[in-house]
Amino acid sequence: MRDVAIVSFSQLPSVKEIEAADEPELVQPVTSDAMKQVGLTQDDIGFTCSGSTDYLPGRPFSFVAAVDGLKAWPPIRESHVEMDGAFALYEAWVRLMHGDIDTALVFSFGKSSLAPVPDVLNLQNDPYYVQPLGLDSISAAALQAQAMIDAGKATERDFAEVVARNRKNAIDNPNAHIKGDFSVDEMLQEPYISSPLRKSFCSPLSDSAAAIVLAAGDAAKKLVKRPAWIRGFDHRTEPHALGQRDLTTSPSAKLAAEKAGVGKGKVDVAELHAPFAHQEIILREAMGLGNGVSVNPSGGALAANSLMTAGLIRFGEAANRVLSGDVDRAVAHTTNGVCLQHNLVAVLEGE
Amino acid sequence: MSEILSAPYVLEYTYTRSTGPVVGRFLENLRYEVLEGVKTADGRVLCPPLEYDEDGEPTTGEFVPLRPSGTVKSWSWVQEPRKGHPFDRPFAWALIQIDGTDNAMVHTVDAGKAKRMKTGMRVRLRWADEKNGTIRDIACFEPISPFLPGPVHLEYEVKPGKHYSAYLRGLQEGKLIGGKDPEAGKVYVPPRGADPMTGNPTSEYVEVADVGVLTTFTIIRIPFEGQKLTPPYCFGAIVLDGTDNPIYHLISGVPHDEIRMGMRVKAKWKPQDEWETSLENILYFEPSGEPDVPFDSYKEHL
Repeated sequence: MRDVAIVSFSQLPSVKEIEAADEPELVQPVTSDAMKQVGLTQDDIGFTCSGSTDYLPGRPFSFVAAVDGLKAWPPIRESHVEMDGAFALYEAWVRLMHGDIDTALVFSFGKSSLAPVPDVLNLQNDPYYVQPLGLDSISAAALQAQAMIDAGKATERDFAEVVARNRKNAIDNPNAHIKGDFSVDEMLQEPYISSPLRKSFCSPLSDSAAAIVLAAGDAAKKLVKRPAWIRGFDHRTEPHALGQRDLTTSPSAKLAAEKAGVGKGKVDVAELHAPFAHQEIILREAMGLGNGVSVNPSGGALAANSLMTAGLIRFGEAANRVLSGDVDRAVAHTTNGVCLQHNLVAVLEGE
Repeated sequence: MSEILSAPYVLEYTYTRSTGPVVGRFLENLRYEVLEGVKTADGRVLCPPLEYDEDGEPTTGEFVPLRPSGTVKSWSWVQEPRKGHPFDRPFAWALIQIDGTDNAMVHTVDAGKAKRMKTGMRVRLRWADEKNGTIRDIACFEPISPFLPGPVHLEYEVKPGKHYSAYLRGLQEGKLIGGKDPEAGKVYVPPRGADPMTGNPTSEYVEVADVGVLTTFTIIRIPFEGQKLTPPYCFGAIVLDGTDNPIYHLISGVPHDEIRMGMRVKAKWKPQDEWETSLENILYFEPSGEPDVPFDSYKEHL
């Protein structure tokens, strides 16, 4: 396997609404900044890959319009996944394994403010058995949270404590959307949206965009002093039907973490993509992240959740801490699908 | 005015979906109120049926008829349904394991209130009135109540005995009859076979007044099975003048917040032509208008 590293990361602050920006207007600032940080231009990039979903703006092929935010003439090697940008990062990593190119640009954008997001996400469900019922994403996650309570694995107070910790961490993150000292007792007084989930147990819906530059081998060493080397990278998926799964565990996150080598060394920091509070508890257990690991120093998705971008931001936040020399070994994670169906895990190291 | 223009926008696709032999058979059967599961290669039953199990093995194509009931494995109460939800009143999402199957179905439970929802609860399927071969031919599930009716009906002959017969005959004539042991002098209404304090027969009958003291009372505010009156209503203990035990009757003709212990009350009789051998000849007791009596005068009867 080739050594591939994250060498730069750029994001727009996650906010409730970035009103004055269409796709190219969201993408251009982060892609140009990520390249500029390491002295590259689009002409130096071997492969470009993006992640987004057309159902957020409601415009078919909106991802094509986003390419206008790049310099795409003469024609570039380009690809897109209808998933979080972290999965585009995975494709770019695989592409760099071919060995014929040394750099890749990955980006994603999500304007959650345009769409009825919980209802859009019903389109992820089985079109025969579930979609016609109108199972929104919050209610689906609520079935998982209730199963955790029934199994004795967590309480509502545990959910609130996860939220309080993440949003407190986010105080130091200028890019986070919801941050501050949140009272656990006050959160437990909020009405249920879909029981046992209250508003604070769900991530906010944010607008943002993010970009990452990948480089392989010596190219990475030339661009930055301390690349964030991807030492392991794995993507696993569980059955689609909720009724076929034990929702209180995540075998796919467990396996992906094992294959990525999370347990092979001390983890200093982990950026987990948990759009609902209870999912962080499931992920920590599945990935074997004990109390010594700093989880989501950025505040995680509970502090800022731009759909299709929040996962890529986890990779960027983890990589930045390695690039800066603050930590030696970081774990980055992204989920997609209903109730943690897909899990993507990477281990990033400084040396 | 904002510089950025904004307008509503609706996205719709008129897609159709082919169903195939497994999903198609299941959905078509719903039209006829038939619920089936499919067998997996290792002998499990899946409902809703799938072409492949979670290990990627093709299912066998062997269908199994199922009873339309099951058990809730997880649930979420929605107090305020969203647009697009299948109910416009509070309901629950649920994962339901149909009896005889090894997986669970995502559907809804029409439980009325969140308090009725519990993991492990039993539910039965409710069919939709109009069917079109989709998963919504199952309207929802509804709780199976753990209670079943258990009424008892036995026919007896009532023979009230000599003393009670005398009491009931008295009522038929608009009189309240008590029984007295001449030696002890205490009067009991209705009369009994013996004075419980001396054990002597209550050999003497006396007619007592239909007026007395309300010694205690309760206001019934909750409904219960078999209730004849509509709550709230007041039920009281009345010691009739010249007697030594209370009788129990309705207290009416007075606002509930003015009813008090020690209040003087008088019987309100039905019209005479309706009198039978029954205490129901008295409709209720109502304030007599006399002053209240002190607590000490009736405390031994409480």
